[in-house]
Amino acid sequence: MKYFVALLLGFATGVVAALALLFVNPLAKPRALSPVAISDNELLVFAYSAVADDAIVYTNDGESIVRPHPDKVLQLWERPISRTAVFATLLSDSRNQPAGIGIKFRSDSEASRLIAGEALADSVWYLYLPGRGSLFVGQRENYWSFLREVVAPAYWSAADNWKGQWFGNVTAGPNALGTGRVSGGSGDFRSVSGEAVEALSATAFSLDVGPVAVDGTLTIELSDPHAADALTAEPTLDQTDPDTPLTAGDPVLP
Amino acid sequence: MIKTTIIGMVLGIVAVFAAAYFVPVVDQHRESSLIAVTPNGGVRETFHINIPMDRIVVGARTAAEPVPPGLQWPEDPILDGVRAELFKLRNANDTVIGVASRVAATDDTLGDTIGDTIGDTIDWVLHFPARGSVFVSMRPEVVDGNYRVGRISAGTREFDDLDGRLTERWVSGDPEEIEGPSGRIELVSRFVGKSDSRGDDVHAEGDPVAADAVSGGGPESGELLR
Repeated sequence: MKYFVALLLGFATGVVAALALLFVNPLAKPRALSPVAISDNELLVFAYSAVADDAIVYTNDGESIVRPHPDKVLQLWERPISRTAVFATLLSDSRNQPAGIGIKFRSDSEASRLIAGEALADSVWYLYLPGRGSLFVGQRENYWSFLREVVAPAYWSAADNWKGQWFGNVTAGPNALGTGRVSGGSGDFRSVSGEAVEALSATAFSLDVGPVAVDGTLTIELSDPHAADALTAEPTLDQTDPDTPLTAGDPVLP
Repeated sequence: MIKTTIIGMVLGIVAVFAAAYFVPVVDQHRESSLIAVTPNGGVRETFHINIPMDRIVVGARTAAEPVPPGLQWPEDPILDGVRAELFKLRNANDTVIGVASRVAATDDTLGDTIGDTIGDTIDWVLHFPARGSVFVSMRPEVVDGNYRVGRISAGTREFDDLDGRLTERWVSGDPEEIEGPSGRIELVSRFVGKSDSRGDDVHAEGDPVAADAVSGGGPESGELLR
């Protein structure tokens, strides 16, 4: 009997030690330096508030910490979309002037692996910038550092909140340098491509409402600075015939 | 007894790491993809949005009744002419499988290469949590009076290596069905692998299945999306 108790005690100790090691995980460190910070190409920097109440609209399954905004917005309660959040927000440029509208879709990723310090989300941004055109950003995000250094301390706090300074890049792919992929849509951005990095800066978080003071920054590096030239390109695809075969060399539809 | 405790400790550590490695943290529910294989080697998939029940957001400065109630659309003039909509997206079985955005904007400063539809932008983003996302820029011109067509500009994950098109059209609902939708937005996608699309032989001219995918049962059965 005493051997069984010793085995159980050892097992419990091992579980706690392993969980502590997973949580501390020295290999999982936030990436504070943006891979696109040093570049000769055109950089677009957009700022937004990551607080749900500051967004034009924010919705999720309605059972998460962050409550949908406005209150009467349709919630994403169906199973295939219950682990997804959508928000639309006004984007500001580097001079803090309104630059356009951004819509972000974010879903928990099945590739998340706690053993690797990866609390991943698959997300896409759609940006419409009046006067310039539209952009699409596809990225994989890693919120492990945010969870460990902001959300967990909020759980441990008697007041159920956290205050401090946290900054980190959440973009973790899919590009090799941990950047997201940018594709142009319309206007000046038609035919352009590039890379993007999203960063969060948090100073307050509450378990009651989620982010209280969290700002986001989306930095986009456009690899084709002469994209506007594409506006004059003649489309070779017969746009009126839906049966026209597609070929890889066809320009993007205007 | 110390040996037994140590063995237990090792077992505990191994159990946690094994669980962390093998047990998925996230298991996204995925509905079966209802696709039809076309003769050119691509796939066709039909989605729809029931209006008004699947409409999450309608935002525009000129919107008489913004959705949801209480929506504060930015007053900044930079968003004049921009209409943003968010929807739930359904498959052919009428099951919600994703979310989508449609942004329509008119901007005279974006160039004049498209005749009388200067600078019009109509962009769709379809987001399927278990599969990936698709970004489509539609051509603003109406084809055959009842639908628009756009080419896939980008995709993520499952859609990363796909090329193809998406069509949108408005289909009116049954007026006698009081509690039913007033209509639906029908989206028909035709995807083909980017590597396949380089070969001329995989795109047969006059592909009847592809033609059906675009017309969705005949142009006369639908109307232009509002």
